[in-house]
Order: sequence, then structure tokens, then C-alpha cells
Amino acid sequence: MKQLSNWIARGLKLSGLAGLVLLSACERPPIDSVQHGYRGTGMAQVYNPRLLEEKTALNQPPAVQPAASTEGPKAGQVYQNVKVLGDLSVGEFNRLMVAMTNWIAPEQGCTYCHNAANYADDGKYTKVVARRMTEMTQHINSDWKSHVADTGVTCYTCHRGQPVPQAVWFKSAEQPYGSNFMGDKAGQNDPSPVVNLSSLPNDPFTPFLLEAQNIRVNGPTALPSGNRQSTKQAEWTYGLMTHMSQSLGVSCTYCHNSRSFATWEGGPPQRVTAWHGIRLARELNLEYLEPLTPVFPAQRKGELGDVAKLNCATCHQGAYKPLNGAAMLKDHPELGRKSSDPKAAMTDTDVAKVAAALPANDKK
Amino acid sequence: MAQYENLFTVVQATGPLHHGVPLGHGNSPRTGDKPGLSYLLGKLGNAQIGPIYLGGLGLASLIFGTLAFNIIGLNMLASVNYDPIQFIRQLFWLALEPPAPGNGLALAPLNQGGWWQIAGLFLTISILLWWARIYRRARELGMGTHVAWAFAAAIWLFLVLGLFRPVLMGSWGEAVPFGIFPHLDWTAAFSLRYGNLFYNPFHALSIAFLYGATLLFAMHGATILAVSQFGGEREIEQIVDRGTASERAALFWRWTMGFNATMESIHRWAWWFAVLCPLTGGIGILLTGTVVDNWFLWAVKHGVAPSYPDVFPAVIDPALSLGVK
Repeated sequence: MKQLSNWIARGLKLSGLAGLVLLSACERPPIDSVQHGYRGTGMAQVYNPRLLEEKTALNQPPAVQPAASTEGPKAGQVYQNVKVLGDLSVGEFNRLMVAMTNWIAPEQGCTYCHNAANYADDGKYTKVVARRMTEMTQHINSDWKSHVADTGVTCYTCHRGQPVPQAVWFKSAEQPYGSNFMGDKAGQNDPSPVVNLSSLPNDPFTPFLLEAQNIRVNGPTALPSGNRQSTKQAEWTYGLMTHMSQSLGVSCTYCHNSRSFATWEGGPPQRVTAWHGIRLARELNLEYLEPLTPVFPAQRKGELGDVAKLNCATCHQGAYKPLNGAAMLKDHPELGRKSSDPKAAMTDTDVAKVAAALPANDKK
Repeated sequence: MAQYENLFTVVQATGPLHHGVPLGHGNSPRTGDKPGLSYLLGKLGNAQIGPIYLGGLGLASLIFGTLAFNIIGLNMLASVNYDPIQFIRQLFWLALEPPAPGNGLALAPLNQGGWWQIAGLFLTISILLWWARIYRRARELGMGTHVAWAFAAAIWLFLVLGLFRPVLMGSWGEAVPFGIFPHLDWTAAFSLRYGNLFYNPFHALSIAFLYGATLLFAMHGATILAVSQFGGEREIEQIVDRGTASERAALFWRWTMGFNATMESIHRWAWWFAVLCPLTGGIGILLTGTVVDNWFLWAVKHGVAPSYPDVFPAVIDPALSLGVK
């Protein structure tokens, strides 16, 4: 009997230790499950209230400045070189400038973008970028209601008080190790946070959020009818979807029908919003960020010399709605409509001019 | 009295060491003259170690297996720039990937799947040789070849995944990578690509046999241990001459569920459940992509997948609407 209890005690100690080692990578409970679909179909979202609290604290919108008078002379008449927001009153214009400083460069202040001696000067690349980003924000809010609805976005949605948004991506460089002879990782098999530390392909952004490669891998018919998508291609799609799930803090069934990820019928409407979101991210990367490549100095670029680009995490930052759905746009209606003077809007020549003005060692 | 109260054998009975039966023509001599005794291994199983029979088949199998193992390992090591610390840290993530789908069934350049092809060939040769070795050793002992055929069931699944299905699909890219997490991610991606493998009836059968085999094993193991104080672990004797252990075990199951297997038939049940797990699984994999492209749609077509009431507002695929971005 004594021998038996000795064995049991030893066994318990051993299994306790093994359990601790195995569980060390796991999340501490409690876990809440929220039903999100018909019962018994596994349509559920899983939340940890402790982590949700942390995330909520990180997703608070900033305080709003009191609205400015729309009366009086327009910014475009009073200030020089106002190309995008010229139709605002001076009061509204300055209110937005103050807000932008708080949203993007609260520590650096106005001179992060402006030449202190001459605010109209376009010498700093940051000012050129900020102008283009203002146009981008207006474009998102007026042309992409399919994704942002009337909640809209402001600079803060991505920037959160930082000159460079926390979540941006660059193209990954060629595998810097191995040789031509052996050891190719085929763009995967790396514990990358992009794909939640899985071994999935870890740059799903280049093919899907820059190029428009096919995301859909499922065949439309029960029996083979010419769909040649391979399992390997499914891994790339899976990589992108893992990024989306991580960025939004949701599981697959937030958007997908648990029984068939490809089927739209009977699935959550959130998937339509996400579908537009993928196209939105792709368009912004192609139309707004990549063309700014020559404007940015080398230290702001990736190792391949490409510009910082956006993905789902750039805005969402772990919340299924950025800032948990706080509507900041209603306090800044000037960002909800297009206001650039078509003649004055930035052209390729402007980009070239700014690029030429950069110090020589920055031209990469 | 000796009791079985934990995982380890408390009492180790050791008789005279034995070499086994005399060997016939064409067998190589057994390796090691004198079998040894190990107290620690005796806690898990038989304390007698050896003799080991290697032979030509075993040697050839080990050579090919070692080659495959080293090709896979060295590719993994090269992929972390030959850094042993990163090799260990990232080991579960590392893999040797098959060629890209575009390569078809052609020989691929070494670093773009060629090593995978070579490692796969060597591993297949090694496994088939090992199978032949098991078959021959069983025959030399005058045994049945049940172990060899059970192993063949596992080899069937291995060959379906890495050879038969890729060939039918016309691309080595459809095969599984060699790696821990990579092969698991491949499995999930495979199910995603072919419309949810849970609607594949052969997948369902395979799971039923998997769980069924573990259940049978637990029931059988528990029954025999429970009657070991009556000599129940001497199963062979109990098959020929049913003693009180066997009677009690049988009565226990008749009492509790009205029916019992026999000392012989329970092993037949367990063998078939275990063997049918990879057999049916392999059929399910082989049909995927070759005969059925989308298992969910297949299940809908054949009335397998039920429909559920709508709980969301109607959603249509935005790619179908005109003028949408």
C-alpha cells in the first residue's frame, strides 16, 4: 500500500511538471464563448475577458476638439500652398492641423511635417506624405463605405499617436541564409507573427494585398470541373486568413460558414465587409502608398527599398472594428468628402520634385 | 502476491535466456551471441534484450532510411543557416517542401523540391524493405503475417499521400512536406482546399476506426489486467483452455452489455479496427481532388449535409455583383 501511494505521488509530480511545460505556451483561462450562428454549428467567437480588457484599453479614441466656426475666410485664401483642405475655414483648418499633430506626431509637434520658418514649404517629405494621406483618408471615407460605412476612418485609426502606424508591412527579402543548393523554405516554415506563429507562408500580403492573386481555392462543383488550385495555394490563402483573424481578434467563423468556408449562402454578413476590406487594402497600397516610394527616405523603407504598406492590422489592431467602432469621422466631416482642388492635387511631378529635394544619401 | 497497480512491471520474472528457433537456409546469423538483461527495460516489458536480427533487408532499409533522414535534416539545418541553436528552436517549424505545383511530375531542381523527391524515394524504399523484413521474420518463426499486413495498411496511407494521389493529380506539389508543423498546416490547408474533409465519408470511417481501435484497446487492456490475478494475462493458454480468468472476464461483459468477445476474437476485432483506420483514411485521401473536388457540395448533393435555418441577413457573393470594386 505504501509503495502504491509512493508511486502515485511520484506519478503526480511528474505529470504535474510535464503539464506545466506543455501548458506554458497556452493562454490562461477564463475563456468566454459567444454564439454567432445557428446552434450546434460551431459558429462561435472565443474571448478571454482579461485580454479583451487590455485590448479595449488600447482601442480608445482620443478626446475631440470643440468644433470650429465655418465662418470667415477660407484656408486656401489665407495660407499658401494649401492643396487639399483649402475649402475649410481657417478655424476648421487649424483645428484639423492640431488634431493631426495629436494623432500622428504628438511628441514631435508641428515641425515634424512643417518647416518652422515657412509652413507653406514642401521641403519635408513628411508634409508631402501627410497631404497624400489626407487625400487617401477622404477617398476611403467617400468611396469605400462598403467597408468603413459611416463610422469612417481618421488618421488616428492607423496612427494612434505614432508617426508610423504600429502595424505596417514590407516585402520580405530573399531568404538570407541557406544556399542555392539546399535549405529553401519556400516562403514558409518560420515561426512568424504574421501567421500567428504557424508554419504557413509568411508573406501573404505581396500576392493578395499588392498583387491580385486568386484567394479562392475551393471548386464551385462537387466533382472536379477544372479547378486547378493546389493545396499549396490553399496554404497562402490560409496565411492571409490567419493574418485577418489575428488582426481582427476573431476566429474564422466570424465571417465564414463553419461547414463550408467557401459558401456565401447562410454565412455571416461580416464576410462581405471583409471582402471589400481586402480590395480596399490592395487599392490603397497600389494607388497611395507605392507611388510615394521615391518620397520616403531610406530609413523609412524596407530592406528591399519598398515603402511601408498597410494590411488589416494597420487599422484594426486586434479589434473587429477599429477603435471598437468609435465613430471619429462625425467630428471631422472634412475628412469624409473629397476636397482637393483637382488642379492642385499632387501629381507625379510633385513626387519627383520632393524626391529630388531629399538629401543625396536618402535617395534609394 | 505480484500485482499490476501501475504502468510499470513490479516483479520481473527472468528464465533462462533463449535464442529462439533454429534458422533455415538463407538467413544470416543473429547479431550478438549472448542476449543481455536490462532491469529498467524489464520494468516496461521483457527484461531480455536481443538477439537482434538485422539481415540484408534490415541493413538496406536502415541505409535508405538514414539517407532520407539526413537529407531532410540537412535541408532543415541549411534553412537556418547551419545554426544549431536555431535548428533546435525552430525544429518544429522546419520542413523539406515538395516541388511547387507548376513543376508537375517532372524532376525538380534540388533546392526547389528535388531533395524532397530524393528523400521521398529513399524513405519509400526504406519502408518497403522494412515491410519485407517484417514479413520474412514472421515467416521464419512460423508465425502468421498479421503484423506485416497491419504495417502495410499504414504504408498504404503513406503511399497515397506521397505517391499515388500526387501522381493521379499530376503534380508532386500535392504531396505532404516533411516537417512537424508544416505537415499539420498542410493537413488543414488540404481540408480547406477540398471543401471540408469532415464531409468525406471515408474520413468519417477512418475517425470511427481510430476512436474504435483506442476504445477496444482500452476495454481489452482493462479486462485482461482486471483478471490477471487469475492468470488472465496468459492469453494464449486461455484461448486453448478457458480458465477462470477468461470465464470471469466474459461474464463481466455479458453482465454489463449482454455480449462478449472471446479471448481470440477480441484480437481480431482490435486488428481490423486498427488496420481499417489507415485503409479507409487512404481511400478518402485518394478520392479527394481526383474524384471529388468539394466534399461539402458533394455532401449537399447527396443529402448528407443538413440545411439550417437562416440566422443572418441574406448574403450574396460580392464578386457576382456588377460594378463592385
